[in-house]
Amino acid sequence: MDKQEFLRIGVDVGGTNTDAVLMREGEVLASVKSPTTAQVGDGIVAAIAHVMTQADISPDAIGIVSIGTTHFTNAFVERRGLDRVGVLRIGLPAAKALPPLTDWPDDIAAEVAADIEMVRGGFQFDGRPYADLDEAAVAAAARRFRKQGIKSVAISAVFAPLNGAMEERAGEIVSSEHPGSSLTLSCDIGRIGLLERENAGIMNASLATLATETVGGFRTALKKLGITAPFYISQNDGTLMSADFVEKYPVLTFASGPTNSMRGGARLAGLKDALVADIGGTTTDIGVLRGGFPRESSIMTDIGGVRTNFRMPDVCAIGLGGGSLVSVDGDRVKVGPKSVGYRITEKALVFGGDVLTATDIAVAAGYADIGDHDRVRHLDPAMVEAAVTEMHRLVEDGIDRMKTTGGDAPLILVGGGSVLINRALKGVSEIHTHEEAGVANAIGASIARVGGELDKVVSYDGEGREAAITAAVSEANERAVAAGADAASLETMDIEELPLAYMPGGSVRLRIKVAGDLAVAHGGAA
Amino acid sequence: MSVQNTAGVKASARRELVLSEDNLEDFARGAAFLGTGGGGDPYLGRLMAKNAIREFGSPRILGVDELSDDATVAFVAMIGAPTVLCEKGASGDDIDCAVQELSAQIGRPIDALMPGEIGGFNSTLPVVAAARLGLPLVDVDGMGRAFPSIAMVVMNFEGISACPFVLVDDHLNKVVVKADTAQRTEDISRSIAIQMGMSCLSAGYAMSGAEVKRATVHNTLSAALQIGEAIREGRKAGDPLKALIHVLETHPIYGFAQEVFSGKITDLRRETTKGFSIGNCRIEAFDGAGCMADVQFQNENLVVLVDGVVKAIVPDLIIIVDAETGEPIPTEALRYGQRVSVIAVAAPDALKTPQALAHVHPRCFGLDFEFTPIEVLAGAARA
Repeated sequence: MDKQEFLRIGVDVGGTNTDAVLMREGEVLASVKSPTTAQVGDGIVAAIAHVMTQADISPDAIGIVSIGTTHFTNAFVERRGLDRVGVLRIGLPAAKALPPLTDWPDDIAAEVAADIEMVRGGFQFDGRPYADLDEAAVAAAARRFRKQGIKSVAISAVFAPLNGAMEERAGEIVSSEHPGSSLTLSCDIGRIGLLERENAGIMNASLATLATETVGGFRTALKKLGITAPFYISQNDGTLMSADFVEKYPVLTFASGPTNSMRGGARLAGLKDALVADIGGTTTDIGVLRGGFPRESSIMTDIGGVRTNFRMPDVCAIGLGGGSLVSVDGDRVKVGPKSVGYRITEKALVFGGDVLTATDIAVAAGYADIGDHDRVRHLDPAMVEAAVTEMHRLVEDGIDRMKTTGGDAPLILVGGGSVLINRALKGVSEIHTHEEAGVANAIGASIARVGGELDKVVSYDGEGREAAITAAVSEANERAVAAGADAASLETMDIEELPLAYMPGGSVRLRIKVAGDLAVAHGGAA
Repeated sequence: MSVQNTAGVKASARRELVLSEDNLEDFARGAAFLGTGGGGDPYLGRLMAKNAIREFGSPRILGVDELSDDATVAFVAMIGAPTVLCEKGASGDDIDCAVQELSAQIGRPIDALMPGEIGGFNSTLPVVAAARLGLPLVDVDGMGRAFPSIAMVVMNFEGISACPFVLVDDHLNKVVVKADTAQRTEDISRSIAIQMGMSCLSAGYAMSGAEVKRATVHNTLSAALQIGEAIREGRKAGDPLKALIHVLETHPIYGFAQEVFSGKITDLRRETTKGFSIGNCRIEAFDGAGCMADVQFQNENLVVLVDGVVKAIVPDLIIIVDAETGEPIPTEALRYGQRVSVIAVAAPDALKTPQALAHVHPRCFGLDFEFTPIEVLAGAARA
């Protein structure tokens, strides 16, 4: 296929809106924002049909469809449509003092975990087994799960990221004792840190049925539209997964939203290193792009009260959005953090409501053209000026928190609330805005890349640091190519070395991340 | 093993210290602070302690004055790498086994337990051990902070032997070290720990109540709890750093604390040398005047220099905390862009004796500086 004519569709399925864009290379041919529907597929069909009609494109001209969605995150947080999970940990005699689901909120643990079993087995830090897998105990647990009607099973083992053999063997046993059960192996989804990886595995297992239904809905939607191109779903680090993969590992879509909006903003501005502020109705999410990808957070992330160690963009959320309440307290004007949120179109003054919001201030100050200007003419100019100053100060403060270097950096504004900012900001060299900034999420989904990751403990004393890193990078590259990346476009995104403290032997935990463009000629299977 | 709950306990009018599920978070946060950047993940330690208290009840905490002179006390600690700890945790049986084996080795029951260090994971592990075994925990530790070696404890400085020193892995394999010095015990134990999978339980420093009184740092479990409470209460009142410094300044063991710098982390270097996580964290002042601080660490924070001038140095305590919340930040969690404050706290007197400085002088950590106490450095800056 001629790469010049390669058309991409990017879709963002949010809780409120389903956005779609049609892209040719970096150019936006058409875009639309439409409401999310109860059956997500219907909203997708409507949005994609809209952009294809707008650009007068036939379905067979589409080379790839990529979808970003917060559907699974929202389902877990709201505990909607979750499966009951059988939890199987391979690790005894180690880690017994920290059984599975330690530190989960009691109510969600009770709802998700139907049964828990710990069996013998596991690996040392260097991948040697410290106990043989107790296969009989695995089989007994599988039969018990089956009797109780538990269809989804999460399997975790100590140091499985270094050696997945025991999880795989246990998976075979469960499949043969409990045919038709769906399995999640922790080694496929998480990094080192048993509890956090196991938590992610249990979350993933709880989403099994929903994943099948949702991905099925995506497939049906594309079929209805006559699109035969492969489709992919974006994950938290801005790389793509095949639809088959997401059916197995829906948990990897968690937090793909901020990543897509930051990367979409970067594409619109033509920048790879910049700050991005996504200003919504209630909050502004500020993040940092490095080499076109978001800087990741190094702290553990709670999702619905459960601790995980996913790769998440490092985002600073501040309480400023288009719907932020503006109040006067003595000689001080306060903006946010309370907001009218999505009800801005009925509550804000310019929309005929009776609540003074940040959007009203931007209109009164004369730099935003939204709603009925006459409804804010009565506002005191001094108060308006103070509120404008406060809105800019809030963003400046957030920017300063996220910056890692002293100099000024460019800022990309995305999201519906970006109209709130129109003055120069301290610490910012230039502000980039774009008419398509409202659909940055969908644009981000359309340009997502294919990644490969490796996380293992190596010994520098044995082979030396350079050789160890080179070997690890090439293993990560192989994983990316296997996942559909074009080998020539691969870039090493991150090399992280964590020395194993206290111990001699030069043992280091190496985390490598690579990413590349999708190998267009091969397409990939969906 | 026959363990006695009440042997060696004297009556006291002191306010009873109780560790429960409700205040474990305060305790773990205070212990993370006293861990001065090292000591391993306090989160896992807190979870284990929570589970143990739920199952076995809260351990009794004894003030040092409640301990009779002829009681037998031992320390329990985890030896290994924090990264391994977060995979393997502890089984619980290994903790029991280590204490029971030590008791068998010395031929008498252990009456009470104590932490070797009041920092990170090793401050909560003894809570787990005490709860499981139904033993009281003495309100003392070996250093009033965290250090990377079992030789760097007041017991060793005061001539108490670490041995017999028991190491137990998760299969309950046992190794008993009987070495001539604490340093050699440390070196041998480290090699064994690798074979044991880089995480094992240890028990040692069996001593009498009289020795505990003479050769440990007192009231440090309660100090950790007070520090954690101060940070939490201070957050509510809007100034956790002020509350934190107040509690340390008025504490009989520490008595002096000061914020030596605040700013944003602008550079971070880490490397591995001889099995330690060694590095430097550079912090730039908020006011933009170009003032810089450098904190050098080797597992724990060792020295803070402001524009090249030493502001505090080991064995005094140097802690990097979140500038707004006062949350102590372990060295492995430091990252670019964090807004932090550097707090320096005077070390307990027992770490500043000539015998102690032979083990914890800046030169013992490869730093080419003399040790000048923080009180003196702060006085010189004011003069």
